[in-house]
Amino acid sequence: MSGKSDMQDDKTPMIEIRDVVKKFGSFTALHGITADIREGEFFSLLGPSGCGKTTLLRTIAGFEPTTSGTIAIDGKNMADIPANDRPTNMVFQSYAIFPHLNVEENVGYGLKTRKMPKKDIAREVAEVLSLVDMEGYGKRKAHELSGGQRQRVALARALVMKPKVILLDEPLSALDKKLRDQMQVELRSLQRSIGITFILVTHDQEEALIMSDRIAVMFEGQIEQLDTPEGLYRRPVNKRVASFIGVMNFLSAEVTDQTETHVTLDMDALGKIDLPRERLGDDASPESISTVGVRPEMLTVLFDQSDWSQNKVEGEVVDTEYYGDMTYYKVRLPGRDAPLSISMRNTAGRSVVPPGSSVTVGWGAESIVVFGD
Amino acid sequence: MKWLSVKWLTIYAVVYMVFLYAPVLLLPLFAFNTSTIIAFPLSGFTTEWFVGLWHTDTLHTALGNSMIVGLTTAVLSTLLGAFAARASARFTFPGKTGIVGLIMLPLVLPEIIVAVALLVMLNQLGMPLSLWTVVAGHVLICTPFSIAILSSAFRGLDRELEEASFDLGESRWGTFRRVTLPLVLPGVISSLLITFTISLDEFIIAFFLTGTDVTLPVYIWSQLRFPAKLPSVMALGTILLAVSVLLLIAAEALRRRSARRQGIDTTLAGV
Repeated sequence: MSGKSDMQDDKTPMIEIRDVVKKFGSFTALHGITADIREGEFFSLLGPSGCGKTTLLRTIAGFEPTTSGTIAIDGKNMADIPANDRPTNMVFQSYAIFPHLNVEENVGYGLKTRKMPKKDIAREVAEVLSLVDMEGYGKRKAHELSGGQRQRVALARALVMKPKVILLDEPLSALDKKLRDQMQVELRSLQRSIGITFILVTHDQEEALIMSDRIAVMFEGQIEQLDTPEGLYRRPVNKRVASFIGVMNFLSAEVTDQTETHVTLDMDALGKIDLPRERLGDDASPESISTVGVRPEMLTVLFDQSDWSQNKVEGEVVDTEYYGDMTYYKVRLPGRDAPLSISMRNTAGRSVVPPGSSVTVGWGAESIVVFGD
Repeated sequence: MKWLSVKWLTIYAVVYMVFLYAPVLLLPLFAFNTSTIIAFPLSGFTTEWFVGLWHTDTLHTALGNSMIVGLTTAVLSTLLGAFAARASARFTFPGKTGIVGLIMLPLVLPEIIVAVALLVMLNQLGMPLSLWTVVAGHVLICTPFSIAILSSAFRGLDRELEEASFDLGESRWGTFRRVTLPLVLPGVISSLLITFTISLDEFIIAFFLTGTDVTLPVYIWSQLRFPAKLPSVMALGTILLAVSVLLLIAAEALRRRSARRQGIDTTLAGV
């Protein structure tokens, strides 16, 4: 992943966002956003509601002028270019299917604006409808379509314009879970096959992880971390990002000793560990370390003596959640109030350990993520 | 107990309907009656009163005046109403509640007050009374109706639809023409029709503010002084009644059809 991104860094990014500030009256929605979005990339803006992700998308689309800062698309400054002249098209949260037009007229709407001959419009529309699996629905009205079909029409209406960038504002949030899971995969594979840059706004971390090449995690109008899904999950820069992406067990920790190459951490309940200095990250000094985190799947419930682990600690199961393929354990360790979350893949011949049992928890030094203040 | 209350409700409803519509039904009844005296028993069937209307030039002039005033009022108040409705549905601005309240005020002001006030003002300004001063008065009282009708139309319009059009490369004017207008058209038609109807039968303002040109209600009022003209007035009333009912049915059918096309429920909500 890092090799690929190094290669692409030489190219001019598709979208360059520089110090973008957006104020609504006295409220600052965006506090100086800077980011590059690469050509052909599936890029997600992820964050809780009110973090400014939709505002950022709307400034890229041209619906909101920036208060300061610049946005360039394909090397061209967008400052004075209105939404109807930008090489971007949007898939709206409500889909915004024109209710007085049928599917064909909706999809062909933008092409008609370009004064394209009717015959060419019909051909382009038929092509894109088959691309989104909507052949035969051309004459239907918006109210005759299901949520998933509306979503496809909204996507087709953007795709048919062959824009440089497609902007998606929480496009899957109105769909039920099963359809959403299906559309995530479809949207992703569609984006890969046509190669257009997609920018997705979502509050659903799972959705962002599944679909994106890279994700910008936003809080309070700022990008907290911009990384690949794996990078975000394995190396979150702070506690806020770590707890927003997946589940993380946090333990207080302090540095008790340090050498040229290693630091020794004393962690709450898990005990001491030696970590190589490079694991601390670029700007974390040993003095600033106060917390470490460990993902539930990085911890192991050891079922018998033959299970090997680098480090072991005794605990007691206080609760279990059984998901069929997985079991989530809450394990209390001596000297620590909050139980640790541990997820275990269920395998043949291993039954779930009931609450109240004493267990041994295993963990490895590689799984520890270090956070500063 | 239950059947009793249902029965009383039915009687109440029937009495209510009779009260409401019986006088209106008397209009066509006497319009086709041969006698000039409006009383039972009926003396015989005739269409001479209608034929008479055909040859009354002053009536034609009054009708023409009413058409000019009604159509101009309908277009102007719907236009003004559309601006105000759009602004109040889409934007928030300081003093919005007060401003909208002031615009809606003529709805509840007694017409005679409005008429006298306008007359005094026009005299002070030295403006001669004409059909255009009537139009001004009618626009004042019709615009609130227009705003009320169009507000619901504009509120029902999803902002993202206009943004989607703009995003797809359409200009602001093109967006208005291809998206906004078709979607608020039922409301616009309702507004045109209702403001036209209000202007058409408005008497007090027309009476105070017109110069020598009379509108239809003013003409009818002037005819009432001559008992012999009563059957003609009845005939005229019958025609107006039939036209109004037909117009309203047509407008409602149109509105329902367009609402059905958009998949909106076809009840009378908001009109």
